[in-house]
Amino acid sequence: MTTTPPAPLKNRTLMRPATVKKSRSKTMTWLPPILVFLALIGVWYAITYLVLDEKRRFLMPPPHEVVAAFFDPDTLSEILVALGRTTAVALVGLAIAIVIGVVWAVAMSQAKWVERSLYPYAVVLQCIPILALVPLIGFWFGFEYPARIIVCVMIALFPMVSNTLFGLQSVDPGQRELFQLQRANRWTVLTKLEFPAALPAIFAGMRISAGLAVVGAIVGDFFFRRGEPGLGSLLSTYTARLRSAELFATIFVAALLGVAIFALFGWIGKRAVGRWYDFSA
Amino acid sequence: MTIAPPEVAPATTTGQLLHFEDVAMTFPNGTTALSGVDLTVNRGEFVTVVGPSGCGKSTLLRIASGLTPATEGVTQVDTSRIGYVFQDATLLPWRDVQSNVELLAELNGVPKAKRRATAKQAIDLVGLSGFEKHLPRTLSGGMKMRTSLARSLTLDPELFLFDEPFGALDEITRERLNDELIKLFTEQQFAGLFITHSVSEAVYLSTKVVVMSGRPGKIVDTFPVEFPLPRDPEIRFTAEFAELCGKVSHALREGHH
Repeated sequence: MTTTPPAPLKNRTLMRPATVKKSRSKTMTWLPPILVFLALIGVWYAITYLVLDEKRRFLMPPPHEVVAAFFDPDTLSEILVALGRTTAVALVGLAIAIVIGVVWAVAMSQAKWVERSLYPYAVVLQCIPILALVPLIGFWFGFEYPARIIVCVMIALFPMVSNTLFGLQSVDPGQRELFQLQRANRWTVLTKLEFPAALPAIFAGMRISAGLAVVGAIVGDFFFRRGEPGLGSLLSTYTARLRSAELFATIFVAALLGVAIFALFGWIGKRAVGRWYDFSA
Repeated sequence: MTIAPPEVAPATTTGQLLHFEDVAMTFPNGTTALSGVDLTVNRGEFVTVVGPSGCGKSTLLRIASGLTPATEGVTQVDTSRIGYVFQDATLLPWRDVQSNVELLAELNGVPKAKRRATAKQAIDLVGLSGFEKHLPRTLSGGMKMRTSLARSLTLDPELFLFDEPFGALDEITRERLNDELIKLFTEQQFAGLFITHSVSEAVYLSTKVVVMSGRPGKIVDTFPVEFPLPRDPEIRFTAEFAELCGKVSHALREGHH
């Protein structure tokens, strides 16, 4: 047995000749979105100063006013407190959605009849306009924290269910037979084969659900303002008071929260399975 | 890995490990994959089945391993220690070489220390020492197959089933693995049932070549191979080897109407 060991991966990367090319391609990945960003800011200014007359300028305050509004100490603390609460609701909602989603999918993967019985409801959950249910949820569970969590979970749940199920079911048949030949029981197959094999799909689902959890938390907030509301209620307050610069600042913070949570779960997924699976971040 | 329980006869004595009598297999959709197959694999034998693709060769192994029951005939398997090497390496990508090789022992509830030692031995046998911590994605096709082979070796099989294991490898790797497999066969005293569509691989590896025809798969001819074991790689270039390959190829073509 004389096998030449393959060069360690790090050396292989070194063998790539073109560092120049690499840095250029890096510029090429960053430059276009930056240009688009600058163009958007340009359009924004154009709308503010060229399209809108002074009386209607509050509809689209210029970018620098939005930035100034954000850094106003009172507004900033208001936004940050709301951000903290929304983040907390989103994370708790996401955690619950992950647990329910995975358990639901595992149950369906264990028997065809369970899947046939339960999958339609996952689809229904995905299809019904949650907003139509929101008043009912407030009616039943009060207009505080629990209702916000429930809305968040309902919005974030489906990708967890469908992705986990897909992952569990896409195990290589040969690997299944390998386990079958050793007469492995269902639990062993689940824990040693199906679940690990499903992890990339589960993490991909988690990332989608994470983005939706932020949406859910803000939607919940928007409707349920008792207790300690977050970004959603801040948005509606600023709208009601025509404080448009603050409104814009809050919208950007909400958007950034979504992006940050999406990126965070992308990173977690990469850390968890990137060793053996090409998890695109 | 050579430690056999005392009641097991050494490979030199004959004794049947696998016996098919008039075995037939018809799938629920009505396709007949095999019909009237009689085949015996004894201790000390390495039987290779060659046949065109889709002739039911793999079905034969699935029946032997118990993955799929035959629809007709008698299937008798006289050992519970069966190794099965699939067409793909079927390694679990999240486990490194060491823990992939340990998998079967782990599934059979072997304590950690013992399965670690067994796996280590098997890894040595297939020449992968030093690669224990490597993940499958960093291995070449040949090394993946070696890992898969090592994984089955941990079962200390008496009967080893191979389903075209080297079919996807390049010629050089395939020949090298053939040499190593025949060496393992000579040393480890398992009986082999090997499926391939390569005539020279069949002749080189086996003590008996069985030729199958397709649709429905049945055995059309059997050739004993009497080159001494372990095989000298050079026999591939002898006239006798070429002649036997010719006969097998001829039988293959005859059966392929």
